[in-house]
Amino acid sequence: MLHAERLTIAVGTRTLCRELDLAVESGECWAVLGCNGSGKTTLLHALAGLAPAQAGRVSVAGKLLADYSRRSLRRTLGVLLQREDQEFWGTLADYVMLGRYPHARSLFGWDASDEEAAERAIFAFDLEPLAAQSYNTLSGGERQRARLAQLWTQNPRFMLLDEPLQHLDLRHQLQTLELVRAATRGEGKAALLVLHDLAFASRCDRVLMLYGDGRHAAGAAAELLQPERLENLYGCRVRAFGSGPDAHFLPVI
Amino acid sequence: MPRSLLFPGSLAVAAGSLFIALLFGTFPISVAQVFDSLFFPVPGIVQDVIWRLRLPRAVAAFACGGLLASAGVLLQVLLRNPLADPYILGVSGGAALGALSALLLGAGLVFTNLAALAGALGAIAIVFALSFRAGDWNLHRLLLTGVVLSAGFSALISLTLVLAPQAQLKGMLFWLMGDLSHADHSGAAWLLLALVLLVFTFWSGSLNALALGALKARALGVAVTGLQAALYFGAALATVAAVLLGGSIGFVGLMVPHALRLTGVNDHRRLLPASALAGGSFVALADTFARTVWAPQQLPVGVFTALLGVPVLLFLLSRKP
Repeated sequence: MLHAERLTIAVGTRTLCRELDLAVESGECWAVLGCNGSGKTTLLHALAGLAPAQAGRVSVAGKLLADYSRRSLRRTLGVLLQREDQEFWGTLADYVMLGRYPHARSLFGWDASDEEAAERAIFAFDLEPLAAQSYNTLSGGERQRARLAQLWTQNPRFMLLDEPLQHLDLRHQLQTLELVRAATRGEGKAALLVLHDLAFASRCDRVLMLYGDGRHAAGAAAELLQPERLENLYGCRVRAFGSGPDAHFLPVI
Repeated sequence: MPRSLLFPGSLAVAAGSLFIALLFGTFPISVAQVFDSLFFPVPGIVQDVIWRLRLPRAVAAFACGGLLASAGVLLQVLLRNPLADPYILGVSGGAALGALSALLLGAGLVFTNLAALAGALGAIAIVFALSFRAGDWNLHRLLLTGVVLSAGFSALISLTLVLAPQAQLKGMLFWLMGDLSHADHSGAAWLLLALVLLVFTFWSGSLNALALGALKARALGVAVTGLQAALYFGAALATVAAVLLGGSIGFVGLMVPHALRLTGVNDHRRLLPASALAGGSFVALADTFARTVWAPQQLPVGVFTALLGVPVLLFLLSRKP
């Protein structure tokens, strides 16, 4: 269980999220929704231990983040960052391989289990034909899949994904979501996804809404994904099509 | 370049450069004589020239180049800036100011070196203190502090040159351009080079991750702050050792890592040791030129590192990827 207790996050003098209690259980897939600047990324960084929270504490599998050693934390809890504008020197396969950093046992090169994990992830995200290609020549969507494949190579039990579907075409959005579902339902992992696409949010188990002024709401997806709530969250009119996991929501133009 | 050929190739080039450095000089020595005096030394003038003059200097040149190229690799990772070179942190400026002030006061070689060391360490301390605050690095401030400090040093160096009497001017200019004619005790430099290579090749997996950015590296489990501090001090000390040995030999730290990257060596596991070997060979060759082209007049090696390096880098840049 990924557990946040009375977590308060702030940027500058703005409190974005006040005293959040959150329990992400194994097997669950969460969607984090909110407007731009409502603190989704900051929350994700606080949950990942990449940025300090103003107050509160985060534990993973019953242990505080600070009590983990650096690399064992990253074997348990992985992050897909929203932005990663660095150039990379090597091939796509080299890039994906870096996901094994927290697992590395030998100093030079990777062992067979590392290679195998990277190959599986490259295969899962349809990246085989690009594996030997230089990372810098990849398109935006291909890079996004490479980042996802790197996280799959890292293979943590708890995954925090900041806009995992950005830059992806429709097929790969669906494929990514299915891979997340397979990891959570099938392998008992837990995932927390920052999403803007409500059709995909309704396929998650639970939803966390951040209003950007300290308020937040968490609950079952079917319960929270209602037009009134979404209108309140996004500040625009929303109409629902269908219901349950097939629900779609569109703004009223 | 095929990966398997990189190290045999670099080692061959290194051995070749040292051999050329032993072979050429004012005193004519044949290839056979070089081999003889290396492996079956017989007392005599040939042996003296090889063992007392050319070998210590070639070995010192090699260490100097290896240190500068390694420092370049480390700083390019730390600052994530392809233009970073060992002198960007003001180390060479501090050293040069120290050395020139000592020369101006008429100091001897030992005191000049001590003054250079003090100047370099002073620069390292100032830059570190200003950019490492509350346990967090500000890399932009690190870069800017280094650049600003270098500008200040270069103004003071100009002032020293203007004030210097004619007789000392040439020695000062040689110091500034990089000169290996007094470099024959390179034991400490080799020790430091070995240490830097050992430590950071050991850490090269983390360097690869850090090259993606500090946040990404932390997300992968790298001890970012410690690694950055190690990179800073590793690069700074390597630069100090190189500068004390040969003055401000320019261009090596910038050019060698880039040249290797352009030929496809990018993984730091290979880039760092390969840069050290290539940088060493490059300076050993450049110094052989500096000794022989205008013989018996000796030219500053820094002139040749630039004259040889610029066309090579321009050629590599102009190639289609």
